[in-house]
Amino acid sequence: MSWRKICIIIVFCLLLTVPFWISYFSADGGGGMDRNAAMERYGFYFEEVAKKSGVDFVHKAPTLDSKLDNIMPQIASMGAGVSIADFNRDGWSDIYLTNSAEGSLNALYRNNKNGTFTDVASDLGVADVNKDGTGVSMGAVWGDYDNDGFEDLLIYKWGRTALYRNEGGKKFEKVETAGFPEWANVNTGIWFDFDRDGRLDIFLGAYFRPDIDLWHLKDTKIMPESFEYANNGGRNYLLRNTGDGKFEDVTEKMGLKSTRWALAAGAADLTGNGYPDLFIANDYGVSELFLNDDGKRFVDASEASGVGFAPKSGMNASFGDVLSDGRLAIYESNISERGILLQGNNLWVPREGTSGNDVKFDDLANAVGVEDGGWSWGSQFGDFDNDGDQDIFLTNGYVSLDRNANYWYDFSKITIGNNAIIGDAANWPAMNGRSLSGYQQKKVWLNDGKGGFQDAALALGIRETYDGRAVAVADLWNRGVLDVVVANQRGPALVYRNHLEKGRNWIAFELPEDESIGARITIFRDGEKQTQEIQGGSGYCAQNQRRAHFGLGSSGKIEKVEIRTPDGKTRTIESPATNQLHKITG
Amino acid sequence: MSTEATNITLPRAASLMPMKTFGIDTRFVMPLLITLILLVGQAFYGILESYPHTLTAIGVALFFEIVLSKIDRGTFPFLASAYISGISVGILTRSPFFWTFALCSAITITSKYVLKLKGRHLWNPSNFGVAVMLLIAPSSYSTLSIQWGNNLWAMLVIWALGCIIIYRLKRFHITLTYVLSFLFFGVIRSFWTGDALVAEIAPITGAMYQLFIFFMITDPATTVRRSKGTQMLVVFLVAAAEMVLRMMENVHAPYFALFIVGPIANLVDIYWPKKSEQ
Repeated sequence: MSWRKICIIIVFCLLLTVPFWISYFSADGGGGMDRNAAMERYGFYFEEVAKKSGVDFVHKAPTLDSKLDNIMPQIASMGAGVSIADFNRDGWSDIYLTNSAEGSLNALYRNNKNGTFTDVASDLGVADVNKDGTGVSMGAVWGDYDNDGFEDLLIYKWGRTALYRNEGGKKFEKVETAGFPEWANVNTGIWFDFDRDGRLDIFLGAYFRPDIDLWHLKDTKIMPESFEYANNGGRNYLLRNTGDGKFEDVTEKMGLKSTRWALAAGAADLTGNGYPDLFIANDYGVSELFLNDDGKRFVDASEASGVGFAPKSGMNASFGDVLSDGRLAIYESNISERGILLQGNNLWVPREGTSGNDVKFDDLANAVGVEDGGWSWGSQFGDFDNDGDQDIFLTNGYVSLDRNANYWYDFSKITIGNNAIIGDAANWPAMNGRSLSGYQQKKVWLNDGKGGFQDAALALGIRETYDGRAVAVADLWNRGVLDVVVANQRGPALVYRNHLEKGRNWIAFELPEDESIGARITIFRDGEKQTQEIQGGSGYCAQNQRRAHFGLGSSGKIEKVEIRTPDGKTRTIESPATNQLHKITG
Repeated sequence: MSTEATNITLPRAASLMPMKTFGIDTRFVMPLLITLILLVGQAFYGILESYPHTLTAIGVALFFEIVLSKIDRGTFPFLASAYISGISVGILTRSPFFWTFALCSAITITSKYVLKLKGRHLWNPSNFGVAVMLLIAPSSYSTLSIQWGNNLWAMLVIWALGCIIIYRLKRFHITLTYVLSFLFFGVIRSFWTGDALVAEIAPITGAMYQLFIFFMITDPATTVRRSKGTQMLVVFLVAAAEMVLRMMENVHAPYFALFIVGPIANLVDIYWPKKSEQ
């Protein structure tokens, strides 16, 4: 054999070892460690305290029409939502959790200010909302639609979406004539003032078609027509607040006509015109970005902006200034199952040099290391270690049943087929108790401030592997750190208390309820600026606290903060004091 | 896929094929067809991970082909086959990581120079590259499987186009045998598993199979060089192996079936004397 041949054989053998070496050198820091070690290495850790703090909520899934029995765990796989609100304006964050079994109760955990919570949902009238014939909850978001200073509760459902008016934090009254769709299979809802008229409007994104009652099916042709190009989902709803307690359907008029399979939506000003733009993460297809033309209409910029070309399985929409340059990126979760399907999550970062309606986004998830989150669901940005940049908390896992039986083969078999096959639930092989991307390890990606993220979930104490859906972030105990609440499908809600070492500074801002959602807060320090926008719903079926919390690291000083309220007015505070919450008054 | 062509001598397998198809040098038909599918698919459906990913696969394939050909034979190679290999890898690979595209292309091309007996390839290079990547890098690599559109009309157009070209290339019997075998085994699997027949035959209506049946199993350089009947028997055995793998719930059954049966058939073909030789 010639030396040339030997050289080629050696090259061939070396090539076969490349994955081993890449895996060897890129092993992340997610290994388990005790709390002291985590504190020493990362400066903080999470402690799961749900039971200890009185949050004993367990989500139950619905039981739908028996025609869907073959794939019931897959269809009835959503509905665990969580949203944070200070419903009684006592200065402490409360937690609302949605349930999805017929007749099950939602929960409103009032903060007792002593480390514990008490469920007051039944007393206040927002527990028994999943009655037969009305559908079941998919999620809930808070917004002060009547500008009375108390946030009201919107519960979106597979069924009849409902609005509950907050009566001074003492009880809730259902708003009977709200002008909502009679029946819709809604999987995402957000509050935002799209026309800047001072009144919060609503966007509802639907999954199944509105003519489908999942408890009384006419037939089983309810599934997506394609795994990646489906356009036969439910219509969406843009409901304009008319100011008299009613909402007007302006969906078509404003240019939001799509019928994709919406799972998550978020609104933020991505063009800089002061009006909130709308991002929709769709399952079975491309994402959508609608730019707000000064409140007059929405312009579909999905393809032009770059976010709506490659179809995936969008399940999350959250906004964060990951590069600390004053621009918001969008984090979108998708499916990654090793060896089978690697869609990868998307981190849509605005491209340098683009702005306004010509804004373009590049997916940097792979480049910064936040791409593989398993079968990813809800996610939120937050500076969990108060080091001055935005980290990411991600939950995941689809259906965790039999650990030793996997549905992936049958799932891949049917989803590859043409639309006549995939679109009929009767054609889908029975799950028979098998898992589908179950028991997955959650992710806590810590931002190193240099353009990279490292997963440290296990080390930080995130060990639970329930089927995570919604994540919400809040400073639950007013300590200047961000805690995390996770809602799990067919599982207990989890409360992760953040234990942070001393010496990491912070600052937070809170606006009045009627000026909060849509407010944009930018802090300036050390030549950087970091921006947050208060959300009326983000992630997946979730809503964070309405405070803007910024970690400051050890420096502890900021030069100024700019606060732009939803009406477009901007005020500046020079050298605000740190390590405290600033309550901004109107 | 043609894999052995050079600008000096047509390979033996290719020499069995017509020199011209639709007035075009036969060696350029497949590159043109696969490029057309790629461009149309990307324009209308966004089928690729991204253009940069696919260009990485093509670039690495061309680079390795040139370098290895220079080392091995001292000649500048005819690049059509490497181009097809690169573009196949670019379409078939679904991974967010650039390195997986590069590595799959590198393994694919290098395998052509290493895994040979009596001047014959044992494996279809792209099939080898994909299957090996699935084995050695399962956490970073996956293939086109459940992606792409499920639109019936788009599928019919590709099938019609593919059938016409494969027919002109005199490989239609291979494709047809595989499709019929798949349907036959689909019926058996349906009886066995209790799943709907349409669920069992659903995969062949998908995009991945369009590439598999038109480009991979028909590759002149890696199919046996005997009678049509023998070629049909081999492809039937590929479908049978796929049936077994499917019963074992292997998501990548077609790739591994060809990966297993292909080299065995080629070994037999190489060492079992033909009637004329006897």
